[in-house]
Amino acid sequence: MERLGNYESDLNLKATELRLGLPGRDEPEKQTTTTGVIIRSNKRASPEISQEYSRCNSNNSSVSDAANDDQDSAPPSKVQVVGWPPIRSYRKNTLQQKKNESDSAGMYVKVSMDGAPYLRKIDLKVYKCYPELLEALENMFKLTIGEYSEREGYNGSDYAPTYEDKDGDWMLVGDVPFDMFITSCKRLRIMKGSEARGLGSCV
Amino acid sequence: MRQDLVLEQMSEDDDRSQPSDLRSSSSSINKTRNCSGSISASGSSTSASSSSSASSIPLSIPVTEYQSPYPDQVLENVLENVLCFLTSRHDRNAASLVCKSWWRAEALTRSELFIGNCYAVSPVRAMGRFSRVRAVVLKGKPRFADFNLMPPDWGAHFTPWVSSMTRAYPWLEKVCLKRMSVSDNDLALLAKSFLGFKELMLVCCDGFGTSGLSFIASKCRQLRVLDLIESEVSDDEVDWISSFPEGESCLESLIFDCVECAINFEALEKLVARSPSLKKLRLNRYVSIVQLYRLMIRAPQLTHLGTGSFSPSEVMAQGDSEPDYVFAFATCKSLVCLSGFREITPDYLPAIYPVCANLTSLNFSYANITAEQLKPCHKKLPQTSNLLGLQAVAATCKELRELRVFPVEAQEDIEGPVSEVGLQAISEGCRKLQSILYFCQRMTNAAVIAMSENCPDLEVFRLCIMGRHRPDHVTGEPMDEGFGAIVRNCKKLTRLAVSGLLTDRAFSYIGKYGKLVRTLSVAFAGDSDMGLKYVLQGCPRLQKLEIRDSPFGDAALHSGLHHYYNMRFLWMSSCRLTPQGCQQIARAMPNLVVELIRYGSLENQEKLDDVETLYMYRSLEGPRDDVPEFVTILRADG
Repeated sequence: MERLGNYESDLNLKATELRLGLPGRDEPEKQTTTTGVIIRSNKRASPEISQEYSRCNSNNSSVSDAANDDQDSAPPSKVQVVGWPPIRSYRKNTLQQKKNESDSAGMYVKVSMDGAPYLRKIDLKVYKCYPELLEALENMFKLTIGEYSEREGYNGSDYAPTYEDKDGDWMLVGDVPFDMFITSCKRLRIMKGSEARGLGSCV
Repeated sequence: MRQDLVLEQMSEDDDRSQPSDLRSSSSSINKTRNCSGSISASGSSTSASSSSSASSIPLSIPVTEYQSPYPDQVLENVLENVLCFLTSRHDRNAASLVCKSWWRAEALTRSELFIGNCYAVSPVRAMGRFSRVRAVVLKGKPRFADFNLMPPDWGAHFTPWVSSMTRAYPWLEKVCLKRMSVSDNDLALLAKSFLGFKELMLVCCDGFGTSGLSFIASKCRQLRVLDLIESEVSDDEVDWISSFPEGESCLESLIFDCVECAINFEALEKLVARSPSLKKLRLNRYVSIVQLYRLMIRAPQLTHLGTGSFSPSEVMAQGDSEPDYVFAFATCKSLVCLSGFREITPDYLPAIYPVCANLTSLNFSYANITAEQLKPCHKKLPQTSNLLGLQAVAATCKELRELRVFPVEAQEDIEGPVSEVGLQAISEGCRKLQSILYFCQRMTNAAVIAMSENCPDLEVFRLCIMGRHRPDHVTGEPMDEGFGAIVRNCKKLTRLAVSGLLTDRAFSYIGKYGKLVRTLSVAFAGDSDMGLKYVLQGCPRLQKLEIRDSPFGDAALHSGLHHYYNMRFLWMSSCRLTPQGCQQIARAMPNLVVELIRYGSLENQEKLDDVETLYMYRSLEGPRDDVPEFVTILRADG
């Protein structure tokens, strides 16, 4: 494995090195390029070069002022550059979709109550547990919902809170853990009367 | 019959001048010889490959008399039988340059046609030369088109190719397209034209939808492979899975993880159940982990698995019994390649540990998990429990050949857990690594040097430091030494992508040591024209060079004139080129197609002094005829 030292000594043999240039061409290091950029050693980008570079590309809207900003390891926030980082938009899209889905599901849902003339909307994210949610529903519709039991549904009232989940099925509120309920609930419906009582009796 | 065919070919060919074929790799023999005089046993005075004697040969030999076949024909027969065994296209290209005889025989025996750039040759010309092809591989747009650096509708249409193939290759069995525009009509034509069609692979393609897939599924009765890889498939609301015919299928590979619409799971389960040869199955994210279980149980012979979402689709109520996922993975004893995890629920991750030891390829790129979430899994590992995600991979996947690490947040300036620590761990744990694609926010030379020393088998090294112009965040130095170590120590390196703060010195290393590099990807790097000159003059195997936002100008472009005919393409966007500089290239090299691609409006074209995007490639056909308005092709006489 060659070490860096070998490379340094190789530079001294450049006179005998086989190259593809014409014989008698200058050593590359002695030339300045046509763009007039100063060839420098391995230090970080100097301001003049960055500015010249960005000036040359000022017509190109896809390159931002990033070159100017970039001096050290912690540049200020940059304008997003087209196609950078090089990740296919299809991949970016799926990640973004995931975020959007998780953000928008389970937030504001419609609440209907049997017999009520219009619907309400509540933000599910506000509630941390079922009792909080049920209390809010009770306050909103001025009713009592009753006690939840796994076997019999809601006892003690004419009302039963139900919800429509992601698959389109109507479920009884309270059967699943609250976190899961939040993500799968699409809308709420407070059932009343015989339909509500029927849930308990058919078990 | 066979003799007649051979003679016919000869008499047609004799009027043709030496075919001006493209030179392939530098290993090909570049001279042609008149060989029949030295080879023919009877020492006939006239050589069959010169036109004067050949024109006197009748078109068909009368069958009534036996005539001993003249020497060159024997040679051709022998050649054809021997050349069948040559599978590498590089070997075949070399063989075809020996002499006309060999050229002909090779053309008749080539069964796979590889076209690296669909615009380098026309369908008619390619199919005219190779008449007995069974498999076609076609590549279209350059890679940077994936990142919105090229306007849509640039080209690379499959239509002219498939139309020609229906006439030229009735026995076609396999088509593999990369970065081509494919329409549903193209797929319909494909499905109905080739009775023996077996394999379709569409990689990074677009322009078609589930209705096109349905044609393929229903009409291609011999279909073994249907691979859709990172392609954009539009949802035409067609149930293509149900289009597969009833009865036992010969499917060996079904890859559709990129299809962004729901599929009919029942139909899929039945399909898998009746595909005993199925080895590769990559599901899309609409398949839940419960469904995955059911499929795995039916297909324990799988070698390649894409897991789909890897999370439950609906909430599991308390007390529901969950399938034994560990059992499912344990029964798939042949698994070597694992991917998917599209919406992973980390609790299920331990299920894959039975197969980790045998994995040669692991793709976690969609897995949105943090190091914290991976921690509970580590207690099951024999190592210490303080391992982070990549370190866990390093510890368990000793046979890993290929690794890809993508960022969750694909932006700059965001702190992420993936960094030099991960790379160092990988280099120490996965010594057999051959290919790595690694995104990170920051990096150190030390970690990259470590990888160059620990993983000498690396052939593909693609490091993307997402912060542009980022130096080594520990030392403040440019990343020159890290990449220099890679080209120096990884003697098999053929593909390299560089990033971070890089000076011309990095390119001098690449030019000096990267003698096998075929593909080089450069972004936001270099100081001056010297950077590009080092590469163009130092890398004899360079075929694909893509550069963006780097300070390379006309002089640098000019320094590659000796090499451009050996390359497939050169892409330079947002560099320092001028139309005049590009025009010089077009003038000097008439067989190069020099395209200037512009996003803005056409009126400003003359006023602007710079070139937005240069895309140039060698071609036998000259300027293409499907040029959109935002592309200007510079003429040699311009």
